Amino acid sequence: MLRATRWASVLRQPIRPRLGRFHPGARSLTGGSRIDQKQAAAEATPASAPSSEEKARRRVHFPGARNSYFTDQMDFISGLDEAIPTYQVMDNEGKVADPSQDPNLSQETAVKIYRNMVTLNLMDVIMYEAQRQGRISFYMTTYGEESTVGSAEALDPQDVIFGQYREAGVLLHRGYTLRDFMAQCYSNRHDSGKGRQMPVHYGSRELNFHTISSPLATQIPQAAGAAYALKRAGRPHCVMCYFGDGAASEGDFHAALNFAATLKCPVIFFCRNNGFAISTPVEEQYKGDGIGYGVHSIRVDGNDVWAVYNATKQARELATQQHVPVLIEAMTYRVGHHSTSDDSSAYRSKKEVEDWKHKDNPITRLRKYLEARDWWNEQQEADLRTEMRKQLLAAFAAAEKEKKPALSELFTDVYDKSPQHLQEQERELHELIKRYPEYYPVDDLADK
Amino acid sequence: MASATSGGNPDGIKPGVAHSQLLCTTTEAALKNPELAAVASSDTKRMNLYQAVNEALATALSTDETAVVFGEDVAFGGVFRCTMGLAQQFGKSRVFNTPLCEQGIAGFGIGMAAEGHTAIAEIQFADYIFPAFDQLVNEAAKYRYRSGGQFDCGGLTVRTPCSAVGHGGHYHSQTPEAYFAHTPGLKVVMPRSPIQAKGLLLASIRDRNPVIFLEPKVLYRAAVEQVPVDDYELPLEKAEILKEGKDVTLVGWGSQIYALENAIQIAEKRMPGISCELIDLRSILPWDVDTVAASVHKTGRLVVAHEAPQTGGFAAEIISKVTERCFLRMESPPQRVCGWDTPFPLVFERFYMPTMIRCYEGIRRAMEY
Repeated sequence: MLRATRWASVLRQPIRPRLGRFHPGARSLTGGSRIDQKQAAAEATPASAPSSEEKARRRVHFPGARNSYFTDQMDFISGLDEAIPTYQVMDNEGKVADPSQDPNLSQETAVKIYRNMVTLNLMDVIMYEAQRQGRISFYMTTYGEESTVGSAEALDPQDVIFGQYREAGVLLHRGYTLRDFMAQCYSNRHDSGKGRQMPVHYGSRELNFHTISSPLATQIPQAAGAAYALKRAGRPHCVMCYFGDGAASEGDFHAALNFAATLKCPVIFFCRNNGFAISTPVEEQYKGDGIGYGVHSIRVDGNDVWAVYNATKQARELATQQHVPVLIEAMTYRVGHHSTSDDSSAYRSKKEVEDWKHKDNPITRLRKYLEARDWWNEQQEADLRTEMRKQLLAAFAAAEKEKKPALSELFTDVYDKSPQHLQEQERELHELIKRYPEYYPVDDLADK
Repeated sequence: MASATSGGNPDGIKPGVAHSQLLCTTTEAALKNPELAAVASSDTKRMNLYQAVNEALATALSTDETAVVFGEDVAFGGVFRCTMGLAQQFGKSRVFNTPLCEQGIAGFGIGMAAEGHTAIAEIQFADYIFPAFDQLVNEAAKYRYRSGGQFDCGGLTVRTPCSAVGHGGHYHSQTPEAYFAHTPGLKVVMPRSPIQAKGLLLASIRDRNPVIFLEPKVLYRAAVEQVPVDDYELPLEKAEILKEGKDVTLVGWGSQIYALENAIQIAEKRMPGISCELIDLRSILPWDVDTVAASVHKTGRLVVAHEAPQTGGFAAEIISKVTERCFLRMESPPQRVCGWDTPFPLVFERFYMPTMIRCYEGIRRAMEY
């Protein structure tokens, strides 16, 4: 965070220890005793805050911190004194406290966002079950983090997206079809990734969504580089890069924010701080106040789709017009298991999860907002759920029946052109299949 | 060259790149190369290897508006002078310093390339490429394959100085080609001379696959040739036969070529009548099996030499493949002459290196088996 500013505010303002909000990523805020001491010190010696003239006079000459000034006060800065507030537009009841913050999207757009959030939720239910039944090998749900859809609405379709793996809502909102999702999870012949990657590793050239990969945080410096390319090409677009609070501990996060800031890249870093990296709670992930790095930063209520939308929209303005990186930390809670290979009750209580589901949920919140405007009702809800379930199950059944990609796709795309040794290895595999057909069934593969 | 050590040299060989017959010191010699037929009427200019790299970068920048050059300290010209004058000529937005972070450099380059631009990244020493290993192996190499061909980072080239320099110790001497040779999706290239550096680097930059371009830093100033000034490329995935022979095939790459050249001089003096065939592999991945196998098919004997440690070194791959292809033609066990399986030592460098005398010993063993 902007340390100098925050430090100055500590000196100037009386500080009241605040209780952490309920978002787990930002709950351990202030230790009382240390704050009280500092508060007492600040109040007792108000003159310790130097005047701007004095600051200018005593400015340091070291090149590494040109805006610093000398002080004779020895104070260690912890960065933990005052937590970053969490921006919220509508509360748990879907009520907007400050009407000036309501994005006032059209009924059509608001309902489209809602429909996509619900569809995402329904797809998760079906695909999660499909994995439990062994029909697909792996899956990761987005439960509780559906409001990323709001960030997608705030972007231009030509903005370039890099994700981690829990951003299916963004793809859905951009136009990735149910058939596309199912094809990828089933690795069938319609998968644009040609069946090579694990389920939920989506990607779409057409939708400007770079293909997901498993290594965490690798996409973050890549997003900075892509943003630099957009800027050089003179395109009025930005890059949006999503990642989780755990991924932000990787060295690549450090690399990316530093590169984006020094090279002035139009990129939005969108951290989904959902409280857990698999089993590791945020208390074991970082000691600071959430995710931050000396760039334009904001913390938003990640269960509030309008807060997410507004912040993303404003971030986009900053990124594309000032060519600066912007960091959004969306506070939320991972309601689902980490993945189908994880049983989260091994490290957190079922009650905690249930409480989250019912007390604070991005979908219910938006529904209440829509209902308050008479834009949505029980009947529409029932119709949507019936209709989407039907469509999802149809897409699911169709995907399951499709053949897998042709065997030749095992060897293509390693390079732009297949080198000689790969051609030889492909021939070797074909001879093997001819010799041992019973060990290499090819019936479920497409011919080409 | 570490092979150019003082002390006994009873064979009277003038060792090292300074006395090499392989360098093209005249325009005529340079343009005689059939691979340079397309620029046969070009002027040539006397250049060392860093100047040839610089010329290749300038050519790439002037022929491709999307091309950028970046890394640690490249803006002022680079710690080895390879990027001299480029920032002034092409502007700070195209030739720029990055923060000191190798994983960031690689990731940033991948991102640019994935948006269709040409990213020429520099890692200051090959010894420091390992922080970027994840980005290069898991990301760059797999970008095209994992997306089903929807995205690629083929515009990425990572240049990095490598190999021994006489006093580089552990972290200014390494030659990490074998680590990357185990990674489908990458290309790995190493030139032996200025002409080669310019042509292979331009080919690497324009190739639509991510390329690791290893530059033997001991040659930056020591290797001097007449280099065509026109724009030209040399083929990737293609070895070059530098000297034809009938009795034993010698394979090397980078600065090791000059130790092998000297070893041949010793061998042909001490074993009158033998003739050695010398092959510069140039591309480590994918490598030119056909040229090497055809040579061994003719000679029946193989010696592979590289500076990197023996175990898991790329010589093992070459010997294995050639043995599969030429088993019935082999008249002696293939020999590998490599660095020992230790970290690269400072004071013991001359004892560590696969010098001309160790390469000669490899030839002798192959011949006298």
